[in-house]
Amino acid sequence: MSQSTVLYDTPGPRARRTYRIIGVVAVLALLVLGFVVINILYENGQLEYEGVWEPFVTPAYLELLWGGLLDTLKAAALAILGALAFGVLFGIGKLSEHRLIRWPCWLVVEFFRAVPLLILIIFIWSLYSLQLDRSFHALVIGLVLYNGSVLAEVFRAGINAVPKGQAEAAYALGMRKYQVMTAILMPQAVKIMLPSIISQCIVALKDTSLGYVILAPGLTKVGREIWREFGNYLATALVLLVIYLVINLILDLIGRWVERRYTGGRRLDVGAPGALGEQDAVAQVEAARKAATKGGAGTGAGGFQ
Amino acid sequence: MKIRRTKIAVIAAAAALTLAGCGDAGNDDGDNGDGGSDGFSPEVVEDASFDDGTRMAEIAKDGKVKIGVKFDQPGIGFKSATSDTPTGFDPNMGKILAAKLGIPADKIEWVETISDNREPFLQNNTVDFVIASYSITDERRQVVGQAGPYYVTGQQLLVAADDDSINGPDDLKGKKVCSVTGSTSIKTVEEQYGATPAGFDTYSECVEQLKTGSVDAVTTDGAILAGYAAEDPDALKVVGEPFSEERYGIGYNKDAAGMCEFINTTLEGAFEDGEWEAAFDDSLGKGGIDLPETPTLDPCP
Amino acid sequence: MDALTENWDLILDGFLNTLQLLLGAGALALVVGTLIALFRVSPVPVLRGTGAVYVTIFRNSPLLVLLLITYYGLPQLGINPSFYWKIILAMGLYTGAFVAESLRSGINGIPLGQAEASRSLGFTFGQSMTQVVLPQAFRNVVPPLASVFIALTKNTSLAMSFGVAEAAFRMKGLVNDYATERWTIFIGIALGYIIIVEAISLGAALLERRWRAER
Repeated sequence: MSQSTVLYDTPGPRARRTYRIIGVVAVLALLVLGFVVINILYENGQLEYEGVWEPFVTPAYLELLWGGLLDTLKAAALAILGALAFGVLFGIGKLSEHRLIRWPCWLVVEFFRAVPLLILIIFIWSLYSLQLDRSFHALVIGLVLYNGSVLAEVFRAGINAVPKGQAEAAYALGMRKYQVMTAILMPQAVKIMLPSIISQCIVALKDTSLGYVILAPGLTKVGREIWREFGNYLATALVLLVIYLVINLILDLIGRWVERRYTGGRRLDVGAPGALGEQDAVAQVEAARKAATKGGAGTGAGGFQ
Repeated sequence: MKIRRTKIAVIAAAAALTLAGCGDAGNDDGDNGDGGSDGFSPEVVEDASFDDGTRMAEIAKDGKVKIGVKFDQPGIGFKSATSDTPTGFDPNMGKILAAKLGIPADKIEWVETISDNREPFLQNNTVDFVIASYSITDERRQVVGQAGPYYVTGQQLLVAADDDSINGPDDLKGKKVCSVTGSTSIKTVEEQYGATPAGFDTYSECVEQLKTGSVDAVTTDGAILAGYAAEDPDALKVVGEPFSEERYGIGYNKDAAGMCEFINTTLEGAFEDGEWEAAFDDSLGKGGIDLPETPTLDPCP
Repeated sequence: MDALTENWDLILDGFLNTLQLLLGAGALALVVGTLIALFRVSPVPVLRGTGAVYVTIFRNSPLLVLLLITYYGLPQLGINPSFYWKIILAMGLYTGAFVAESLRSGINGIPLGQAEASRSLGFTFGQSMTQVVLPQAFRNVVPPLASVFIALTKNTSLAMSFGVAEAAFRMKGLVNDYATERWTIFIGIALGYIIIVEAISLGAALLERRWRAER
């Protein structure tokens, strides 16, 4: 697959041969690396079945993991639903013409975006007197406040992305402000925002893992219980990692599908101008994510504007 | 091409699932101590009767009791992820109380509590008793009832078995000492003994850090540490005299009439007829920890 | 306010540790991120694939689970660096994926025509790179990189439960000790983080302006 980028010219026969050699060397290096890793795992008894991987094919522990997964998904789902409500409210608040509404909304959104999610969660939990049966609430509320603030920005950006003429035309037809928002702006903005909302789901899902710190129900808590019993720390952590990865990649796929379906891939122009071809999955999501949240990195899209 | 790959992934996942169900982890035998049935079982009073209007009468009539214990502290109160009942000194004390109410161990509903949520559990009647390494303090007695103590311990240090450099809190200067983030214990070793604090979420994680040599000591109540030492006596030991006094009491709702007298009578009885000792031997005592002196009970208010 | 005024030395010490983590993890992230970004824009398919896999894995992993691996998994393999290095490793590798994406999008954001034009003006490949492509790429990269480092700043708070007495650790201790002053403590510590975040934003804005002026 030949291609050209700003970084190098279209390769000639000699360059192509060099690339092939580098490619072969790289494959060999990866194989060696893989072998070394497997060897280290083997030598330290991490590939054994009994007491290391056995729990993950034992029904009782699979049920446990399944329960933890459901808790995690529940936390993420509640968080996203709450965050959507919060985001609409404050996103529209930030667009308000009245200063008394706009400024407080701006302050709240900026504050929760700039504060580390973890200290927010700990603080909320402390308001619940650190009660164990409240840790789930604390986690969800923290996620709602943080993701809601990010989504508020997404909403604002989404509404602003609808061409001005749309609103002007609606006003000219005699529609009220409320009607313009609900009948004209929102339906169009939602389409534009959908991919960003889905990538925010990934962020929220990843952040449910913070429940570990406040002992909230979920995958990380189950992981703690399992390795507490078997001492199979590495295996358990890897299993948790794979579960999170699989769900996130599924969300990622859905996000890309929605993007193609509803926005006709318009977003793609933003970050990845066809440089590496359409196979490049991450770039697509990145483009959408970046456009909406201005570079949301993991636990936080920072307050950078 | 892409769809094809997804399909293969789905098939692989399905194959993995069919493989599932052949494992048998954690079920080999009863020697990991979470069987419960063959553990400590005090004699259940056949026809327990209490004065009308007392909380005990209500519980005895219901035939079941809810007890808050810890699930994450071996020796004290510990429940493995897949077993139904917790084990440890605290659950054993719970069994003694329940037995005196005429309730067998299988009719006890165990509820997990952690350090800072015990008062609300009692106030809201989420549980009837809290037996969860629950130190008696004046502040707590303002809001809940605490009878006992049934065990007296204090902040101590857990170190590696081959470590001779730490023999008490005075040796902690500049050492990395682990405890739960935000706990009083971690504050004490930092502020009074100049240790470098290392905070984790649970004591179990601290113990793991100690085992890998990442921290020099773990600190909290000696009873809790003793539980870990009992689990792994070759690698861990508790050192030094307690440098604080914690008196574990049994928590109950302040409004429960006659409860304190009932608990104190039960404890007195258990001290005398050897059930208290048996409860200890079956849990903390397993690790070769000496039976402490019989505590003196506080009079009821 | 007692909680904050009486413990200002602990809080300051906590934020110094936060900054230390930020610098260490940030440095590793830059190194890893640059390497992966080079992979991702390289003409060799295997390297591009490796870079893509790295980014996909680390972007979609929860940082906390990566910390669990460096804290509890690595020692089982006989690898046991200090707490500081375990955190730096997990956070550096994680953040590196985001750095790589920022760098790559910065490079890809430059219109192909720019390079073509410079070549047709007779610039050599090297000249085209140093005079045309890279200066623009750097400028494109500053805002997303700033976001990445802001996120990293906030992520360092996870160290609280991993044995480092940084700012969030101090907050949890204070919140437990001064139950009546929780709001003050929370807002005080939050402001500390906001100051760091704003400093990064400001630095990025200055850098951007400087490069713009040079054009």
